[in-house]
Amino acid sequence: MTESDVSEPDPTEGNAGGQPASRSKLYQEITGVGGRARDALLVPALAVITALLIGGIIIALSDVDNLRLFRTDPLEAMNETISTVWGAYRSMFVGAFGSINAISETLFAATPLILAGLAVAVGFQAGLFNIGAEGQIIIGGMAALYVGFTFDLPGIVLIPMCLAAAIVGGGFWAGIAGMLRAKTGAHEVITTIMLNFIALYLTQWLLKTTVFQQPGRSDPISKPINEGAQLPYLFGSEYRVTIGFLIAIAAAVLVQALMYRSTIGFEFRAVGANADAARYAGMNIVFLTVAVMFTSGALAGLAGANQIMSLPPYQGSTAFSGGIGFDAIALALLGRSKPYGVVWAGILFGALAAGGREMQGVERIPIDLVEVIQALIIVFIAAPALIRSIYRIKTADTSAVQITTGWSA
Amino acid sequence: MTVTETTSTSYASTKVRLTPEERRERVLGGVYFALAAFVFVFFALDPSSADDATFNLSLGQDRFDLSWTFEPRLIAIIVAVSFVVIGILQLAVGFGRWTNMVLGFSMLLFVIAFLGWAAGGQAFSLVGMLSSMVVLSIPITCGGLTGLMCERVAVINIGIEGQLLSAAFVGTIVGSSVGTWGGLVGAMAIGALLGFVLAVLVIKYQVDQIIAGVVINIFALGLTSFLSTRVLGPNPQFNSPGRFSTIAIPVLEDIPVIGPMFFQGNIFLYGSLILVFALHYGLFYTRWGLRSRAVGEHPKAADTVGINVYRVRYRNVTLAGLIAGFGGAALTLGSTGRFEENMTAGVGFIGLAAMIAGRWRPFGVLGAALVFGFARAMQQKLGILGTPIPSEFLAMAPYILTIVVVAGLVGRARPPAADGQPYVKE
Repeated sequence: MTESDVSEPDPTEGNAGGQPASRSKLYQEITGVGGRARDALLVPALAVITALLIGGIIIALSDVDNLRLFRTDPLEAMNETISTVWGAYRSMFVGAFGSINAISETLFAATPLILAGLAVAVGFQAGLFNIGAEGQIIIGGMAALYVGFTFDLPGIVLIPMCLAAAIVGGGFWAGIAGMLRAKTGAHEVITTIMLNFIALYLTQWLLKTTVFQQPGRSDPISKPINEGAQLPYLFGSEYRVTIGFLIAIAAAVLVQALMYRSTIGFEFRAVGANADAARYAGMNIVFLTVAVMFTSGALAGLAGANQIMSLPPYQGSTAFSGGIGFDAIALALLGRSKPYGVVWAGILFGALAAGGREMQGVERIPIDLVEVIQALIIVFIAAPALIRSIYRIKTADTSAVQITTGWSA
Repeated sequence: MTVTETTSTSYASTKVRLTPEERRERVLGGVYFALAAFVFVFFALDPSSADDATFNLSLGQDRFDLSWTFEPRLIAIIVAVSFVVIGILQLAVGFGRWTNMVLGFSMLLFVIAFLGWAAGGQAFSLVGMLSSMVVLSIPITCGGLTGLMCERVAVINIGIEGQLLSAAFVGTIVGSSVGTWGGLVGAMAIGALLGFVLAVLVIKYQVDQIIAGVVINIFALGLTSFLSTRVLGPNPQFNSPGRFSTIAIPVLEDIPVIGPMFFQGNIFLYGSLILVFALHYGLFYTRWGLRSRAVGEHPKAADTVGINVYRVRYRNVTLAGLIAGFGGAALTLGSTGRFEENMTAGVGFIGLAAMIAGRWRPFGVLGAALVFGFARAMQQKLGILGTPIPSEFLAMAPYILTIVVVAGLVGRARPPAADGQPYVKE
């Protein structure tokens, strides 16, 4: 029961209801989800909407004072509930799309999400579940940080150096899990989670060593990176979005080319579709497993570099990863593990993050709600039958997604 | 590639390539020599090892007052020599089926040398550390048993972390309103509910099992953090459930060392120990256990003889949730007495590693959980001694240990044959 969209011809192509086949092809290229627009977008769209609705119920139920009000004045309490939920989502929308600055904030938040989402997506396509993006973000970010404050060079040289360090750092950290998987069979889900914790403690220690720590500080805060390593702003310094966003888009294009236009990408996907068949076909599973994890970790490392290089005060702290590695899992699933799908999902999650901050600031509703909404989105994406039974709709895609493998495989 | 076979005792001496077991024996031989060198260089040669160390073997209120004073250097040298001997034996003749026993014994030797070195010139409460090892292993044991019950019916449960966290949270809120026993019931109920949700997702909707578990984790972390900020923050009266008190077992509590470890605990300690015995009996000596294992090993065969595979899976995964709920309650109602965001910090995953290391057997889970508990206790207690090792590295120890365990230094374990595969009735 593995997902087998690798070599399968698109079943909906050619009978796309009067539409020219080229248009559906173009659509598939743009979104990376394949098939007709209705089938491709209906379930994700309904998943997002349903998750937001349930999020609204959670907001209402967690308002303790208002629940007490229901006993004395139910009408007023009902009004209050509706205005709280409405206010929460309105401020979320305003914070995400309400102004140029809001859009800049959305893209700013989307940048590391897209990179980390691509990391998880590459793993999924090769049948590996990289839950360790968080740790790889940390290690990649620390590597970029080290290069960034050690060398004082112009940006044109220093920025690529920092990015390369992040790629090597993140790739190495994920490569450990890949090597363990390939050589000993240790499941990457457990090893990558453990590597997350190890990365976290390693960073806490590193940030207190004289190499990293900002002189004169006793808390774990690093020296700032040199000016040359700071990513330039995309729309001028009044908007926070940097060229990091362009790097993320470029990474998506590169991953698309790697996975669908190169031999090694084909081998990655072949291993994911059926590892036994790939081995029988003479592919080097050990090398491919490590290479997939390295690629995945490298992308996560870039997300970490972005966290250091595009966020004033350009310093490392213990929390610079900010849980992006976990959001990335939901993101990769929402984007169906396709690079361009991940870009759109990343922008949506960036909007949720930017809007969530506005919601927390204005309406005093904790931003953790965004995590809940994201978890609900994954459930509905991973179990499309749930959505179909809620809304009583029919879609072409009826199979549930089986991506990962058990301990013994 | 030239591979010599002289050191291996395996029957497969005609093969050129090493079997995994042979390779493991060689790696282990190397590990022993490395340990010997490490112990000698860092523990025996360290000047602080010349000062006597004292291990206190009893707590203040105990009936017997015991302690052990020794020179750490001597112990370190003895341990290093033992490692050399064990390493030579390992490479020359191998230990066969005793390999893991010897490995466990070696770990113990290493820990003694390490603690002696760390305690050089000071007194150190060994029993205090061992009893906190037991306390810290309780949620790990419960997590491991939850995973075990699920995987014996071929459902991989990655969501244990989320079950523990939710149970800790619900236990706190309910416990604050209606008392600790009510909190425990609430915690177990939420554990079972999440178990049931997992079962529905993976059995009815055939969601990828690992993704379903991850969803439960993200959902639990997000929702408990959200509610913790929104409800517990402004209403601190909901975050003070009180704790279960200690129940000392008469007579047994006076046994030196063992007494303070196992017989001066609260209901969570006794409950989790009873669960280990009960699950062992249930799995291997009852009809329920036989049916469960059949469903995990060969669901089709089980179906053929009339066992309802789906029902067995639903029931076991949901019941396993009760154990997770019990373990989650232990985190709040059994120890800290208050809920904190993400307070599980990977305990659920460590429980899974304990399950793998314990080879899907209840007593194996308990043993592995105690080892993990020891690693966590060491981090807490060694801070007091002021070792030159940064506390961050001690904090990493349980996680590194988990990787070593799943990477198979303790040997490759065989999971239930159908583990992780959805069953589709034809």
